[in-house]
Amino acid sequence: MSTLLRVENIDAFYGDFQAVQHASFDVEEYKIVSVIGTNGAGKTTLMKVIGGTLGARSGKVWFEDTDITGWPPHKIVDLGISQVPEGGMVFGRMSVKDNLIMGSYTPKARKGAKAALERVYELFPMLKEKADQASGSLSGGQRQMVAIGRALMSNPRLIFFDEISLGLAPTVIKDIYARIKQLNSEGITIILVEQDVKRSLRTCETAYVMLKGKVVLSGKSSDLTEEAVGKAYFGM
Amino acid sequence: MDAMIQAIIQGILLGGLFAAVGVGMNMIFGIVKITNLAHGDFLILACYLSLFFMGSFGANPFLSLIIVVPLMFFIGFALQATMLNKVLNRGDEPPLLITFGFSIIIQNLLLYFFTANAQKLQTPMLLKSISITDTIRIPVMYLISCLAGIVIILLLGVYMKNTYMGKAIRATSDDNEAAQLMGVNIKTTYGVAMGISMMTAGVAGVLIGILFNFYPNSGSTYLIIAFAVVVIGGIGNIYGTLAAGIIFGLAQVVGGQLLGASYQQLIGYLVLLIMLIVRPQGLFSK
Ligand SMILES: Nc1ncnc2c1ncn2[C@@H]1O[C@H](COP(=O)(O)OP(=O)(O)OP(=O)(O)O)[C@@H](O)[C@H]1O
Ligand SMILES: [Mg+2]
Repeated sequence: MSTLLRVENIDAFYGDFQAVQHASFDVEEYKIVSVIGTNGAGKTTLMKVIGGTLGARSGKVWFEDTDITGWPPHKIVDLGISQVPEGGMVFGRMSVKDNLIMGSYTPKARKGAKAALERVYELFPMLKEKADQASGSLSGGQRQMVAIGRALMSNPRLIFFDEISLGLAPTVIKDIYARIKQLNSEGITIILVEQDVKRSLRTCETAYVMLKGKVVLSGKSSDLTEEAVGKAYFGM
Repeated sequence: MDAMIQAIIQGILLGGLFAAVGVGMNMIFGIVKITNLAHGDFLILACYLSLFFMGSFGANPFLSLIIVVPLMFFIGFALQATMLNKVLNRGDEPPLLITFGFSIIIQNLLLYFFTANAQKLQTPMLLKSISITDTIRIPVMYLISCLAGIVIILLLGVYMKNTYMGKAIRATSDDNEAAQLMGVNIKTTYGVAMGISMMTAGVAGVLIGILFNFYPNSGSTYLIIAFAVVVIGGIGNIYGTLAAGIIFGLAQVVGGQLLGASYQQLIGYLVLLIMLIVRPQGLFSK
C-alpha cells in the first residue's frame, strides 16, 4: 500500500490569523479518508493549501514522491488532483456542459475529455438532460452534481469533497455518498471533508479530526468510537 | 425627411464602430475587473502604428492591420503580464493608476515621435458612397466600419463559446478561484483577454484614423465613447455592447440632426448620464 498524499506540519494564515496549525495527515492510495471538524476548524483552509490556492507559511505537501508545496493550482490539477470545493463553486453563468468541459481544461485531460464526458453523463443522466441550461439556475443538489461531474472530467487520481452534503436533503446526500463510494471502488482516492461525524465514519477508512486549526485525533474509522470523535470534535 | 433617414442610417453605422470601440474595454471590465483608462489611448496608438507601417503596405491602412492587430495583441499581453498581473490582489486603485500611467505615457510618446499635428489615415475608400435615392447615400467607410464592429463581436462570441481559452476566460470572469481549481492559469487568461481587447482596439483605431482626424491626445474622446457603450450595454455582455453602440450612435447623430450638429456630443453624454441614473447595470444585464 502506498501513500498518495502526505501533508506535513502545515501552518496557514489569513493575515495575522492562524487558521491551520502544524496539521499533518496521510492519504493512502485507493482509500477514503475523512477530515472532520466543526465550523471554523480549518478544514477548507487546509484543502486550499493542498490545492495551491493558498500558500502555507511552513510545512510540506507531497504527492507520491513529488514535493508540491507552493505549486500553482494549475500544475497541481495536472498531477491528477481535483476538488469539489465548498459550496460547489460552479460557474453559474455557464451552461452545465461548459462547466463539465472546464473540468477537462488541462492539456492531459483534454485528450480524454470526450470519454470522460460520456462517463459523467452515465453517472449523472440529469446532467445530460440539462446540458445547455445555465448552472446557476439549478437546484443545490443538481449544482453539487455539476461540481462532482466537473471534478471527474480530468480523470483524477485523488478528489477532495469539501462539505458536499451542506444544505442538501437527506435523500440527495444518500445518493451522492453512494456515488462517492462507487468512484472509490473504481480506483479514485478520496478525501471527504465533513461536519457530519456519523456519516463520515461510516464511509471512510481513516479519519482525522480537526479543532481550531489542529489535527487533534486520528485513526482507522473502525478503531474510533463515535464518542471519542465527538469529544475531540468539540474539544472536550 | 430624407435628411432624417440619412441621419438614422449614419447613426446606426457609426454605432457599429462605437461597439468596436467599446467591446474591448467591456471585456476587461468583465473579466479582469479593471477599468482600462488608457483604452482610448491604445486606440489612438493603433492609428499611429498604422500610419507608421502604412508605407510598407502600399499606403493602404487596411493592409496595415496585418501588422497592427498582432502587434496590439502583443502589447496588451505584455503589459498585462509584466505590470497589471502583479497588482491583481492589491485592491482596485493600483491597476487603475497603472492604466492611467499608460494613458499619459502613450500620449507623450506619440507627441514626441509624431508631433501634435493632426493626422489622418488616407484611403480613397473614404470618398466612396452607395446611392440609395437621390438624397440618401451610404458612405462606404461607415458601412465597412459598422460591418467590422459586427464581425468583431460575432467572432468574439464564437471564440468565447467554442474554444477552451474562451471558456476559460468566461470561467475566470465567473469565479477566478474555481477557474484555478480547473487548472486555469488565470494570469495567462488575463494576458490573453487583454491581448484580445487590444486587437479590437487596433481594428477600431485604424477605422477611426481613416474616418476622423486624430492627435496624440484624442484618446479621451474614445475612452468616453467606450465607457458609454459599456454602461449602456452592461458589463460583461458582448452582444449588449453592439446594441449599446447602435443606441449611442443613433442618439448622437439623430439628436444632432434635430438640434444641430454642435449638440451631437452633448446628446450622447446626456444619454449616458440618464443611463447611469436610471439603469446603472446596463440595458441588457440581468
Ligand atoms: N478568507 C478568509 N479570511 C480570513 N479568515 C478566514 C478566511 N477564510 C476562513 N477564515 C477563518 O479561518 C478559520 C478556518 O476557516 P475554514 O474555512 O478553514 O474552516 P472550516 O473548517 O472549513 O469551517 P466550515 O466547516 O465552516 O467550512 C475560521 O476561523 C475562519 O473564520
Ligand atoms: Mg469549510
